[in-house]
Amino acid sequence: MIKVVFFAALREQLNCSGLSLNSENLTTVGDLKAELANKDDKWQQIFANNALLSAVNHDMVNSEQVIKSGDEVAFFPPVTGG
Amino acid sequence: MTNDNYPEISIQTADFSLADEVALLETNNAVDGAVVTFTGRVRNKNEGKKVTSLTLEHYSGMTEKSLEKIISTAKERWCIGRVKVIHRVGELFIGDQIVFVGVTSEHRQDAFAANEFIMDYLKVQAPFWKKECTEQGNSWLDAKTSDENKAAKW
Repeated sequence: MIKVVFFAALREQLNCSGLSLNSENLTTVGDLKAELANKDDKWQQIFANNALLSAVNHDMVNSEQVIKSGDEVAFFPPVTGG
Repeated sequence: MTNDNYPEISIQTADFSLADEVALLETNNAVDGAVVTFTGRVRNKNEGKKVTSLTLEHYSGMTEKSLEKIISTAKERWCIGRVKVIHRVGELFIGDQIVFVGVTSEHRQDAFAANEFIMDYLKVQAPFWKKECTEQGNSWLDAKTSDENKAAKW
């Protein structure tokens, strides 16, 4: 299983702070994103946003990053702290 | 330059005292002649809108990891002593302190540069998000290209 978490505006748009997905057939963060986008039209539109950032196990990564069962994958908008 | 075990990162809802933080940077630190601090506060307006409060969200775990990386990069690039980064989360009001970066070094140049570097990188890499409450309603702030450019110049 892969733990998926969402933050800030993304969490509110999806009305979901996280979920768990079976990791079979998912090799990369890009695959996971495509799987999430398949949920429905709203999710499709939201995950089409190229500005979304992703992290695996608390490290910022790109879509090519390989994922495995037990990983925590996060998706979030560009950061605005400070 | 000191090499003591100094607690470098704090993510907290509570306010902090600039005087206390400076005292911590200076106590038992006779080698560093420079102490550079930056404090960020909530402004009363943003992009023409009157702001009443901000709510800060963060990604616990990743926030600490990303700040550790930024601080360790700063230590590789400059000859610095102690570093402290405090970032508040939760609801904050006009004039409230949001963020503190303190850096010590033997001479001022290293502490000035490292402080600005840490702040510029925190802005684009640490997972914090601001939601602004204005008279026109609440909205998540958009990231600024100017912040990306500032970080890229290092």
